[in-house]
Amino acid sequence: MSVEVVLFWLFAACTLLSAAVVVVVRSPLSCAISLVGTFFSLAGIYVLLWAHTIAVLQVLVYAGAIMVLFLFVIMLLSLAEVGPGTKLSFSRLLGAGAAVALFAALLGSILKLPVRPDAWAADPAKAAAFGTLDSVGKLLYTSYLLPFEAVSVLLLVAIVGAVVVAKSRI
Amino acid sequence: MAVPITHYLVLAAALFCLGALGVLIRRNALVVFMSVELMLNAANLTFLAFARERGDLSGHAAAFFVIAVAAAEAAVGLAIIIAVFRSRNTVNVEELRTMRH
Repeated sequence: MSVEVVLFWLFAACTLLSAAVVVVVRSPLSCAISLVGTFFSLAGIYVLLWAHTIAVLQVLVYAGAIMVLFLFVIMLLSLAEVGPGTKLSFSRLLGAGAAVALFAALLGSILKLPVRPDAWAADPAKAAAFGTLDSVGKLLYTSYLLPFEAVSVLLLVAIVGAVVVAKSRI
Repeated sequence: MAVPITHYLVLAAALFCLGALGVLIRRNALVVFMSVELMLNAANLTFLAFARERGDLSGHAAAFFVIAVAAAEAAVGLAIIIAVFRSRNTVNVEELRTMRH
């Protein structure tokens, strides 16, 4: 077993375990902390997929900015202690059944995918440039320039919208 | 590749279904929101897995945009949760039934 395989199973187990804790645990604070763990282990998985830039962004934006926002709101609403109890009801059983059925359907279609050898990775120049900040940045500022600028407008609208919605009196 | 791409895709599918489960069975709006973030991350993982298989960096650009949109969504969504909590004093999605029917 190579190091890559060991790391993959380690990160995959951490991801699924902490994601399950997010879904199951009652206290929102524990959910948020567990979500940070999910984001960090996913960043590890991204590195295994040669997506270094996205892995760094994942840690910065998700584990940094978004989680701070979540924790801030939890503290603001002082929800750390209270959490609605989990009663077994018909709609919840239906929801759990739907999620399991979705997983079965996805699994069925994923296992039918043809296995393609990644012949491109044999080229050392291509493999070295894949996923670096240099190559991803070049792509973002050439082919994806318009969506990139649109995202900046979207973020501006989101900032203004968040202030307008959350502020009680402007 | 030491780890076949199918493994990554199955992991993403499991993560997506865990997120969907959280959205369907949890009542705390904040936790529902966290589950949505889990689903977005699963989509990202799928983008990156296919990008690695095909040697195509467009998947990385897509993942970048997903992260940016998730940040915007988190800001606006949490603002809405704060506004709802202010007027209703609860974030339990089963008690918020004004817009039903």
